[in-house]
Amino acid sequence: MAADVKAPPLRTLPIAPDLAPGAMAGSKPYVATDKMQQALGFPGELGEGWQERALGKMGELLGKYRSLKVYLDSCVHCGACSDKCHYFLGTGDPINMPVARQDLMRSVYRRHFTLAGKVFPKLVGARDLTKEVLDQWYSYYNQCSECRRCSVFCPYGIDTAEITMAGKEIMDAAGLGQKYTNEIIGKVHRIGNNLGLPGPALADTLEGLEEDVKEETGADVRFPLDEKGAEVLLVTPSADFFAEPHVDSLIGYAKVFHAAGIRWTLSSRASEAGNFGLFIGNYDQLQKIALRIREAALELGVKRIVVGECGHAWRVAYSMWNTLAGIGAGGTDPFARQLQSQLDLRYKQPTHICELTWDLIQRGALTLDKEANDHRVVTFHDSCNVARASRMGDTPGGQFEIPRAIIRAVANKYVEMAPGTTHEQTFCCGGGGGLLTDELLDLRVKGALPRMEALREVADGQSVNFMATICAICKAQFTKVLPYYGFKMSMVGGVHQLVSTAIRLGAKH
Amino acid sequence: MTAATVVFALLFYFATAVLAIGVGWRVYDYARTPAPLKIPTTPAPVTRGGVALRMLREIVFFESLFKGNLWTWAAGWMFHFGLLLVLLRHLRYFTQPVWGFVVLVQPFGIYAGFLMVAGLAGLWLRRVAVPRVRYISTPSDHLMLALLIAIAASGLVMKFVSHTDIVSVKAFFLGLMYFDWQPLPGGAPLYLHLSLVALLMLVFPFSKLLHAPGIFFSPTRNQVDDPREHRHVAPWAAGLDSGP
Repeated sequence: MAADVKAPPLRTLPIAPDLAPGAMAGSKPYVATDKMQQALGFPGELGEGWQERALGKMGELLGKYRSLKVYLDSCVHCGACSDKCHYFLGTGDPINMPVARQDLMRSVYRRHFTLAGKVFPKLVGARDLTKEVLDQWYSYYNQCSECRRCSVFCPYGIDTAEITMAGKEIMDAAGLGQKYTNEIIGKVHRIGNNLGLPGPALADTLEGLEEDVKEETGADVRFPLDEKGAEVLLVTPSADFFAEPHVDSLIGYAKVFHAAGIRWTLSSRASEAGNFGLFIGNYDQLQKIALRIREAALELGVKRIVVGECGHAWRVAYSMWNTLAGIGAGGTDPFARQLQSQLDLRYKQPTHICELTWDLIQRGALTLDKEANDHRVVTFHDSCNVARASRMGDTPGGQFEIPRAIIRAVANKYVEMAPGTTHEQTFCCGGGGGLLTDELLDLRVKGALPRMEALREVADGQSVNFMATICAICKAQFTKVLPYYGFKMSMVGGVHQLVSTAIRLGAKH
Repeated sequence: MTAATVVFALLFYFATAVLAIGVGWRVYDYARTPAPLKIPTTPAPVTRGGVALRMLREIVFFESLFKGNLWTWAAGWMFHFGLLLVLLRHLRYFTQPVWGFVVLVQPFGIYAGFLMVAGLAGLWLRRVAVPRVRYISTPSDHLMLALLIAIAASGLVMKFVSHTDIVSVKAFFLGLMYFDWQPLPGGAPLYLHLSLVALLMLVFPFSKLLHAPGIFFSPTRNQVDDPREHRHVAPWAAGLDSGP
């Protein structure tokens, strides 16, 4: 634990904090180097003409994204969102109120793109895009995890994530990129995954896992890589390959496939479900990263594409893969048809691993020993992108019901956290949106406050000792911040970690 | 024909043109700008009919605001509902004979004026008293509330304090519509009321009042949650498909 980072005290009443202007003005992630920038086709640094580039990009985005245009126009400053952001609740910095975060861009929009702001700048709060304003953007657009909680409460559905993404896209175009995110995007292109794990190392890791599981269960559970002719291509966050507790869920997926007799494979080309192109709002990057999955699917000839436990990856997969890479159904153009005629459209494409597992459980295809999880009292943390930007199953809200149904099927003791902190109103873990980097630890610890309060309540009141979640970022973030709030870091884990504990292999096939 | 008649006649032609062309342009601009990605705030309806219902709940009941803040919802809804009744009541100045339902809402329209003022007062109180909302308020936010309250108050003054010759007012507006100008009666409250309404019409297309058409174009609310079943591609993005 870093000495200078401290968790804020838990609130006794869940009310908004007093305003603390400027409290987080100094919070800034490291800036991307010129090499990292240029690898993605962005200018290497701010330098000459940055303002024209920024405003030019902003004009371009206003013409390309209805959301940006409508949302910059529509806000009435009603304040419904003002106490909804976990970063505001944790820091008290008023610019972390979603409306104020949007206004950082709205003020520039008004000044440069609207009549009112050109004629009466003071009256409508319009500002030129100066270096000071840009620095403020860099600080506060890197204090938004794009979790969309504010958009649930906005009477016009204004989604601050859309504004933040545009802000990052504009800054990248100006030459001011964020190191953590842009470096990782570079790694995906160069090596194939966010962690920079090369193919041979991945093969080694998977072999090791096969031995571990053999030792633990006696079953020959396979972790196949690049196997042509497999039915299922599993695309999962690369953290699943070795990070704790992520790897326990990977073992869980493998056991499920094994028990159900489904032939599956991972791909070294698409060894990453995460798509950080989303975080920087860049359509080109989003698409380039998504196309790797398409290429892997075509190359391996799979019939189904299944996505592992990862929040923003599931958002991109569920909501955007069909658009970006033709992974889905209903495409009539040749590009989409090429893949969609290969996929088995009796299944949802793509499928979430939880959808697959729940379907197997319902059909009685898995043997589960719930008592194996009796040492755990489980609660479920809804991950923001799954909750508010995707779905599972056939009906709205399936993204809440299916993971919970799996947990109830594999564990006896399950407890909900307080209403207003779960389902569509769930709180972000505090590390999403490309903020999962050490230099932002103070922000991350503070941003976790609302979730930690809800967890404290059920931990003290109902002896909860395990918080399940289906997101690699949530798992990494909680592992890091739980100790600041006096919890054990092993308290967080995946839903398929619970499945892994309960599943009995060899009985049914 | 008094000078006031000419001034207000021209003012209302101008204000109407600005409102219609200004909002028309914004709506056209929103409509032609694509939403390239599926971004409904989920859980979202999976059918078009479901989306229509979601929009209806949003526009009639302010569903999201209800989840967000009860006080703001109550004041905001009071104001907007009052405004709706008042606007319906005012249709009698523009139709001859007066439409049946407009006759029906007349008595409610009177009290709706008070409802409007109460709602606006509540919204303003919140803007001043809640530090978070005070922090985000710009001068234009306060002026907009002042403008709306002044419009409502001057209207109520004409109803309850100093009566205006509304028969002539109606003749004036029908005259404007049929390009057969009729004299506008005098009176400070009337002049004030009409000037402020014209001002509201003039600022509408350039201000946050664009939230009214904006909500219909909000992708987080108006998109169907069916990305796996239907391929959704914006025209500018269609050319980017570069797959093998």
